Amino acid sequence: MKDIKFYKVVVFVNSLVPLALAAWDWSQGKLGANPVEFLTRTTGMLTLVFLFISLAVTPLRRLTSVQWLIQFRRMLGLYAFFYGFLHLLTYVWFDRSFNLKSAVSDIYARPFIAVGMLSFFLLVPLAITSTKGWIKRLGGKRWARLHKLAYVAAVGGVVHFWMLVKSDTRLPLRFAFVLAVLLGSRVFIKQMKQKTPPRTLVPRPGGGVKP
Amino acid sequence: MAHFGSVMLIKKPEDIKSGEITPQKLYVTRRNFLRGAALLATTAATGFLYRQVNAPPQPRVEGAKLADVVKPDAAQAAGSGYVVNEKLTPFENITGYNNFYEFTTYKSEVASAAAGFVTRPWTVAVEGLANRPKVFDLDDLLKLAPLEERVYRMRCVEGWSMVIPWVGFPLHKLLDAVEPNSAARFVQFETLYDPKRMPGQNTGVLDWPYVEGLRLDEAMHPLTILASGLYGEKLPPQNGAPLRLVVPWKYGFKGIKSIVKIRLVRDQPATTWSAAGPSEYGFYSNVNPNVDHPRWSQADETRIGEYRKRPTLLFNGYAEQVGHLYAGMDLRANF
Repeated sequence: MKDIKFYKVVVFVNSLVPLALAAWDWSQGKLGANPVEFLTRTTGMLTLVFLFISLAVTPLRRLTSVQWLIQFRRMLGLYAFFYGFLHLLTYVWFDRSFNLKSAVSDIYARPFIAVGMLSFFLLVPLAITSTKGWIKRLGGKRWARLHKLAYVAAVGGVVHFWMLVKSDTRLPLRFAFVLAVLLGSRVFIKQMKQKTPPRTLVPRPGGGVKP
Repeated sequence: MAHFGSVMLIKKPEDIKSGEITPQKLYVTRRNFLRGAALLATTAATGFLYRQVNAPPQPRVEGAKLADVVKPDAAQAAGSGYVVNEKLTPFENITGYNNFYEFTTYKSEVASAAAGFVTRPWTVAVEGLANRPKVFDLDDLLKLAPLEERVYRMRCVEGWSMVIPWVGFPLHKLLDAVEPNSAARFVQFETLYDPKRMPGQNTGVLDWPYVEGLRLDEAMHPLTILASGLYGEKLPPQNGAPLRLVVPWKYGFKGIKSIVKIRLVRDQPATTWSAAGPSEYGFYSNVNPNVDHPRWSQADETRIGEYRKRPTLLFNGYAEQVGHLYAGMDLRANF
């Protein structure tokens, strides 16, 4: 039973669970000694996690031939954007007290902020053009090329994480490893495809794929 | 009924008895029930996963009370910096949010990782350029001077701060006991090295054992203390039990924990963090809002328990007491 509509509800609700739990912990004063740091770290990690899951959709679909996985990609990508926005918000709110001028000067002073900021802003055009209308307007191929930026944003996000740790790089290293696997699978799939007759998959406005 | 078959075929909807619809209804109900169950189950699983990966820190238990702690009286404390008149950081935050890489690099997990750390028997070797070097048993060492309460600001190099009621005594009382000779100009400190008891030492996160250092005049300053307690209780393992250094005008990492060795030396000793990042962490590491960390600003700080940032003070607010130690020194070069 391929009940896509219901599965979408499941993915949507599950993606909100971390936010709901973090908000609950916050309301209970249970985010520990440094709630701001906890929220910043949590939203940052969630951004990377959702970015990675959305980037895993295509390789998974190619490897397993379960085509309908593509139906969830837009939602997962938008969740990455959403958590990225919350991450930026915690920074602008608590670290900069909504002083945008100081946030801008901070970009110059702290390279890891610049990298993180850039990665987030790369996601903005992707979020905007995630609609059916924009896929139609841009045409499938151009749209797909534009959305390769998600990989750039992911690399930027991991570099941003790496740059801010003091000496223990093990966690960013793990994220980098997963990203390398995701990128590697792309290359692998591309090479497999060159051996078999060409078959380009272009996203349809409906969210499905047109072989 | 004889003409049963044909009647069935032309039966109009209004002829269907309500009883015949029920299976359909039941089907929908069952499907909705299964959907609800699936949604609940996945939500619970995701929640469980989140809790496993990103659990909020747990509050910790009470420790043993220390007897005979002297509280400095107001007259004595005035102008000394011994007692800062600011709201104390709650006990559970001081003991639940720690940088102690010997156990783990996750601040909220140090307490559980360090729980059960055995601190008896414990000796502290005080050696080097001294007339009367000695290996102290910890309990003897703690009897060298009355234990005092000192309420200090603690500013971490990462940009957060606390106000902590330490219990301890001035380091100079210990140094006086071993009589540094005239060649001694610096003091080096060393943390216990025992990867079995300190699992973080099995990682290459820093070079072990952790070492720190002070100039002799910094070490002799009355604000510099050896702490063996906080909030009137025995120092918890995660805060550096059984004995740690507290130098309130320097970034927190200068306050080396679980000390086993104190050595009087001639030359400026190596220190762990400046070895790990020479351009980021200097030997002095005095709190200074005007000298940024290469990767982040030191102009302000998050006081634990507050949401709005507050400005960081020169020498962490102890400029009046310690400023003279650095007269004429370029604090930007000697960061």
